[in-house]
Amino acid sequence: MSLKIGIPQGLFFYDYFPLWKEFFNELGAEVVVSCKTNKSILNHGVSNCVDEACLPVKVYHGHVMELRDKVDYIFIPKLISIQEREYGCPKYLGLPEMVGNSISDIPNCIDVNVNLIKSNSRLMDAVIETGKYITPNVTNIKNAYKIASKHHENYKSLISKGIIPIDAIKMYSGASKEMRPLKDKEPVFMLVGHPYNLYDEYINMNLIKKLTDYGIRVITPEMIDASKVDYYANKLPKRMFWSYGKRLIGSSFYMLYERKIEGIIYVSSFGCGVDSILIDFVQREARKNGTPFTLLTIDEHTGEAGINTRIEAFIDMINRRKRNENYISTHG
Amino acid sequence: MKITFPHMGNTYIAAKGLFEDLGNEVVLAPRCSKRTLELGTKYSPESICLPLKINIGNYIEAIEKGADTVVITGSCGPCRFGFYHVMEQALLNDFGYDVKIIAFDPPDGKPMELLKRIIEAMNTSNPYKIIKSGKKAFKIVCESDALTDLANKKRPIAINGHQIDMIIEEFYRDIEYTHGVQEILHLIKNTKIRLNNVETDAEKRPIKIGIIGEIYTIIEPYVNLDVEKKLGHLGAEVEKSLTPSDWAKHHIFSFPFGSKEEKSKWEAAKPYLSTLVGGHGRETVGSAVQYAQQGFDGLVQIFPLTCMPEIVAESILPSISREHDIPILTLVVDEMTGEAGYLTRLEAFVDLLKRRREDKNNEGMLLRG
Repeated sequence: MSLKIGIPQGLFFYDYFPLWKEFFNELGAEVVVSCKTNKSILNHGVSNCVDEACLPVKVYHGHVMELRDKVDYIFIPKLISIQEREYGCPKYLGLPEMVGNSISDIPNCIDVNVNLIKSNSRLMDAVIETGKYITPNVTNIKNAYKIASKHHENYKSLISKGIIPIDAIKMYSGASKEMRPLKDKEPVFMLVGHPYNLYDEYINMNLIKKLTDYGIRVITPEMIDASKVDYYANKLPKRMFWSYGKRLIGSSFYMLYERKIEGIIYVSSFGCGVDSILIDFVQREARKNGTPFTLLTIDEHTGEAGINTRIEAFIDMINRRKRNENYISTHG
Repeated sequence: MKITFPHMGNTYIAAKGLFEDLGNEVVLAPRCSKRTLELGTKYSPESICLPLKINIGNYIEAIEKGADTVVITGSCGPCRFGFYHVMEQALLNDFGYDVKIIAFDPPDGKPMELLKRIIEAMNTSNPYKIIKSGKKAFKIVCESDALTDLANKKRPIAINGHQIDMIIEEFYRDIEYTHGVQEILHLIKNTKIRLNNVETDAEKRPIKIGIIGEIYTIIEPYVNLDVEKKLGHLGAEVEKSLTPSDWAKHHIFSFPFGSKEEKSKWEAAKPYLSTLVGGHGRETVGSAVQYAQQGFDGLVQIFPLTCMPEIVAESILPSISREHDIPILTLVVDEMTGEAGYLTRLEAFVDLLKRRREDKNNEGMLLRG
């Protein structure tokens, strides 16, 4: 019987799932994914994690709970640094430890350190270390990684064509699909936030679908070209040392300066330390640029009605602004 | 140029001595107060952590007294402290304060930039002079930390613990009117003698509590609501895992290798947390293990709400508490922290520790009898 490896559907899922899945499949292991976030996962997560942690980390704990009895290994990589001289959020840096100390009797974890802080060439070491859990054959591992990377590239190119990762993840292995052409006057919104907040439909209450239902084209940071991201992130007075931070800042600055967008919606989870800095940068730039900006903070108590009201109000405000831009009331 | 800097425990004493020695004018921010916090909370983003809010309050109060340049240190991740100076500069400009923030960032590939900033802040480009004054300032940091330690040791065993508070209070009052390294060291020495003269009760056997957690909240008494004083009066001897002198040893004098003491903490943390998590998360875990091995009665972890590295540490501490049999209390502080609730938790914790010690003693007696 083949080895069963569990991948929690949280945190880095939308960044790396195709890569991880194809890699493990190539090596002959079976991949088990936890189901989409739901109420019971959230509840399990909240009750098995320290109170102060942010929502996505709590949800991640819930996904691990869900996989706990179903698999031989759970894949919880420790992404210390995924790019030279850049870090992840401190909570990813201690993720396997947080999970291991908060959840009792979890199966074995594949908690490989990915640390490219000094040099990008360390990546292969991490890949081989991961593969060794399944097979001792290094050549096979390298081949599997090569094939998996191709799938991952395919996935990323779908996203860069403007397909929301939630859809792209379902079709990356098939033929690539062209994005439908932009309709006339279709308003474009930039949705900024960490991927695990943007694409987890349960914790953000179907935000992307809600916006598309209003006829809005949604752009997310993952769709922006990496070179543009680098260029605009360098505009900050200090080098951005968080990888996600760089992507969010770079992509939103790019959209503000080079593309026409009607508004920016920032989705942040309560207590996110990285966001507390990024929000300020993005908001300041948007204000300078004259682009409407709104912030949606989500946590485990967020009520859907409140989110709906805020989105409606934001869209109404933008429509009004377009309609009445040059109208100044004579009555004051 | 009128220099000011944010408050962080005793560091301002050393910074004051250093800059005054080099012939700069220093404007001390008033000691942290409710007004500092209110100003900071009003002018900072809601979700940022508490230290930045207090910093902003400090700056505004110092600017009101005439300061025009702020000097702070920096870092390069992964803790958000690395962006403090960028954000603080933007915030102060937003509200119309025309000040310049000079940040001493780690070199990060641009050593000249750091050098330029040091020269700008120190008002001299003579490296010999800077190093000499730096060494003197370091001496002040060590001495003033030793003074705080002495006060913490004597408070629980003194016949009248409030006498210690009075002496320390006078020290902080006088420091504002003392200038230059020599005078400051002299004042510290005198205060030390006075502290040593406080009568103690040899019968008292205080319990030992280690304070671990985020460095700023441990060091700055206003932010941790005078936790040392409170615990001291409850009859506990307090030791802090991080002090400004430890920080300076680790980051400046042993650069880029790190000090031995911090490395021993990493070693102790290894079974629980093998890699860095930014801030002082790994040190918190390591100190907890070390204090447990040294036979401390209990530990108190303090950190500001949403502090990322300490949240990781917090989730690991229960395992240490279980395996080393040591109670750990976690206190999270922010601008809404109420003093009464805080004190109640500390009292309950100290009661628990005293009770545990009694039980242990009784156990020994029963076995013997």
